Amino acid sequence: MPPILEVKNLVTKFHAIDGIVNAVNGVTFTLEEGETLAIVGESGSGKSVSMMSILGLLPSPPAKIEGGEAIFHSEKGAVDLLKLPYDEISNVRGGRIGFIFQDPGTSLNPILTVGEQITESLTRHLGLDSQQARRRAIDLLADVGIPDPELRFSAYPFQLSGGMRQRVMIAIAVACSPSIVIADEPTTALDVTIQAQIVSLFKELRKRMGVSTIWITHDLGLVAGLADRVLVMYAGRIMESALVDDLYENPQHPYTVGLLGALPRLDTDETRRLVSIDGTPPDSTIPIQHCPFAWRCPHAFERCWREIPDLMDVEKNHQAACFAVSGKGG
Amino acid sequence: MASTPLIRVQDLTKHFYIPTGFLGRKNIIVKAVDGVSFDIEAGETLGMVGESGCGKSTTGRAVLQLHKPTSGRVFFNDKDLTTASAEELRVLRTKFQMVFQDPYASLNPRHSVGAIIAEPLVIHGIMSGSELQDRVTELLELVGLNPAYRNRFPHEFSGGQRQRIMIARALSVKPDFIVCDEPISALDVSIQAQVVNLLQELQEKLGVAYLFIAHDLSMVKHISHRVAVMYLGKMVELATRKDLFDNPIHPYTQSLTSAVPIPNPKLERRRQRIILKGEPPSPANPPSGCVFHPRCPIAKEICKLEAPPFAALSVQCGHFAACHFAESQIENKITKDAPIY
Amino acid sequence: MADNPTLHGADSRLEEKVTFKEQAAFVGRLLWRDRTGIIGILIFISIVFAAVFADGLTAYEPLDQDLSASKLPPAWEEGGAPEHPLGTDNLGRDMLSRLIYGARVSLGVSFFGALIAAAIGVFLGATAAYVGGRLDDLIMAPVNLVLSLPYLLFVVFVASVLGKSLLNVILIFGITNSPIFARVTRGEVLRIRESAYVESAMSAGARWWRVLLIHIMPNLVGPLVTLISFQISAMIFYEAGLGFIGLSVPPTIPSWGNMLAEGRKYIASYPWLTTWPGLAIVYTSLGMNLLGDWLRDISDPRVRRARR
Repeated sequence: MPPILEVKNLVTKFHAIDGIVNAVNGVTFTLEEGETLAIVGESGSGKSVSMMSILGLLPSPPAKIEGGEAIFHSEKGAVDLLKLPYDEISNVRGGRIGFIFQDPGTSLNPILTVGEQITESLTRHLGLDSQQARRRAIDLLADVGIPDPELRFSAYPFQLSGGMRQRVMIAIAVACSPSIVIADEPTTALDVTIQAQIVSLFKELRKRMGVSTIWITHDLGLVAGLADRVLVMYAGRIMESALVDDLYENPQHPYTVGLLGALPRLDTDETRRLVSIDGTPPDSTIPIQHCPFAWRCPHAFERCWREIPDLMDVEKNHQAACFAVSGKGG
Repeated sequence: MASTPLIRVQDLTKHFYIPTGFLGRKNIIVKAVDGVSFDIEAGETLGMVGESGCGKSTTGRAVLQLHKPTSGRVFFNDKDLTTASAEELRVLRTKFQMVFQDPYASLNPRHSVGAIIAEPLVIHGIMSGSELQDRVTELLELVGLNPAYRNRFPHEFSGGQRQRIMIARALSVKPDFIVCDEPISALDVSIQAQVVNLLQELQEKLGVAYLFIAHDLSMVKHISHRVAVMYLGKMVELATRKDLFDNPIHPYTQSLTSAVPIPNPKLERRRQRIILKGEPPSPANPPSGCVFHPRCPIAKEICKLEAPPFAALSVQCGHFAACHFAESQIENKITKDAPIY
Repeated sequence: MADNPTLHGADSRLEEKVTFKEQAAFVGRLLWRDRTGIIGILIFISIVFAAVFADGLTAYEPLDQDLSASKLPPAWEEGGAPEHPLGTDNLGRDMLSRLIYGARVSLGVSFFGALIAAAIGVFLGATAAYVGGRLDDLIMAPVNLVLSLPYLLFVVFVASVLGKSLLNVILIFGITNSPIFARVTRGEVLRIRESAYVESAMSAGARWWRVLLIHIMPNLVGPLVTLISFQISAMIFYEAGLGFIGLSVPPTIPSWGNMLAEGRKYIASYPWLTTWPGLAIVYTSLGMNLLGDWLRDISDPRVRRARR
């Protein structure tokens, strides 16, 4: 069975006033059917931009997709999302690939009711008439755990709390039973107890609908509880790709090691100093021909400054873009 | 050897009055902080956690008298700040400072970094001229920034560096106490570690006490000696770090600790989570009795009627909780393994 | 090996000192991006130059009459004379000289008028915002009232009461334009007062005057400078308007408005009498507008974050 999404060498740049921002510098990965892939990175790593590039959600100037392909294997066959014209990609969005945005406060249209925003998707992609769409929307609101769904159908976003709004966003994303759901930091703006509710809802929906998911986040704790596989991104590139257990037990790339070391943990009682990675991410407007992490890497050696490392196998199903570690592994 | 604590807060309350209704006649009372009491010893870090609307930031500001408390007392070295005159308070401000949440908005964009750091010294007339410049150099080095950057402007620095600038400024007058209001929430993970390490080093070197306000429970656990948990304007639990996390008594604390994700996949799969139903109510309209009762898994009749006192546990010294069933909770706790993690 | 950053931050952008050359280059780049700004600056410089060096630039005194050479068209037309490149008016006065001297009045009135308006308006607006409460209402009520009056009528009324003189025109503009400055200042001060860095200053123990002068005022510079540019542009038109109905400076002083008024009678037969002052007004006003636009763009912090 082919993977449901194959992304190869995606390159996205922003042509801004002060220069060209190299947001995504050659990203390659696959999404298997039914799996949950987490993409982890800090701000500026390119994780959101890559997903938005795939779905044509970036305003086109200043963004420009300068290379790569994103093959979506649906029941209708394989199609390269990056080559689709505007009206076709908007058919895919919301219909066969759902997207959950980060901040429900700004991602929901404030002047449309919650019901209208869900039915918009239903009528457009499934061709339901307004009666059917309304009924299905109310069912969806109930599915995502919103109490009194008939009443809430006519509510405006400002009348709902942050957690409720995010549930509405989830409802919109899954309304047309998509094959893939991409969630871009959906719980970052929420309190931790509400986050737990949303994650639990998500897991239930995932089990019920068998949907393949890409979850973008900076929270390595969240990833441990949600993902099957993890990609770690830095400076627009993938630094490490591994199954979730392997990533936490046996991190290879020095960046991943540093990131995990910087986390305070609830489950241990040690009073060690947090590992801090000295320095800051590189300036994305300056193109570089060496490993972007070299400045901050404790293991950088001469080759790291000459070439850009590609993702290389370290172990079975575990790859890292690092010259220092790729010698190891079995 | 009971010396007076550096900070003593008694029944601190801050209500905000929001005019509503026609012509703003009626007032909605938002009980942001409702009768909170705690101490902070010299050189210790008290962590304060809670979710949005719990009143932790307001508490921090009220302690420093940036919001005038509606009632209650705040003692700094036995001096009552709530009754101090404006001038007395102003002079005392050299002893306590604040580090703010948003490193992008907390530094005046038109002032150079050196001027920002020196400002508290200039305001209080403590130093001037070359002595002042030397102190600025010293402070920049203390927080790990190159002193040659003193003439640069905030927008030329990254978030983590700006936060260091704010810390340097707070330290300039050699305070005994710093309130850190979510100092790392706006920063990336790897930078958070840098700033937290710096704060800990500074505490070791200078003996400053911190009130560390944050919503990231793991970070609060890491940096604090004692931890207080806030919910809807009330303090629901206070204990040493070990006691709070090994034996959380208050049902809210238990659900909070169970909700925090842990970067350990095998553990995450095993964990029992206590998932609260419903949403936190608004502080403008708090529930009767115990403010947590609508969402509490063990609530009974009494919880609706009577607010529980914030009382010390008989069995564990220094551990306080506001729950009618605190004592029975701890009996269960000590005999069973904690199912949370 | 690439530039290894310092231990304390991989910001290779931060060198030790910003040299003057770097700053000048930065401003240059800002100008180049927004070329209309260059036009605005050039126009502005040209008008100031004309006003300041009027004596040296003109061949004739603006009041010199020469009835034998009256109503001459510009030099390139039939009947024109090369000594009077832009022609002469009905009293034989050289148009070019009057135009250049007229710049003095237009610039003087609009500059000083704008400065006075800013001084009054900023004071009122800042006080209203900073003190708040009843004082705020007390100050802003008349301000809003004046703003709601039809502007030109109000100006005409005040002018007819005060009488015609250069000083009076400046005062009139100063007073009648202060409400807009008050409104803008009040809005900005309210916004800045709530910002985190002001809270930080107060928590460090700053007294109210320090907060106002050192923290709030410098952050007002951007919007105020922009507003002043636009107001100058507007006042040039207003002066023309006043002059047109005879309420500007006395006719002994050449102003573009007066020139328009005098030329009105001859518009059918000698359109040049009104065309030149009209073009001068448009030229200057346009220049100030472009300058104001550019200033507004560069004071936007997103633009200023540009790398050196």
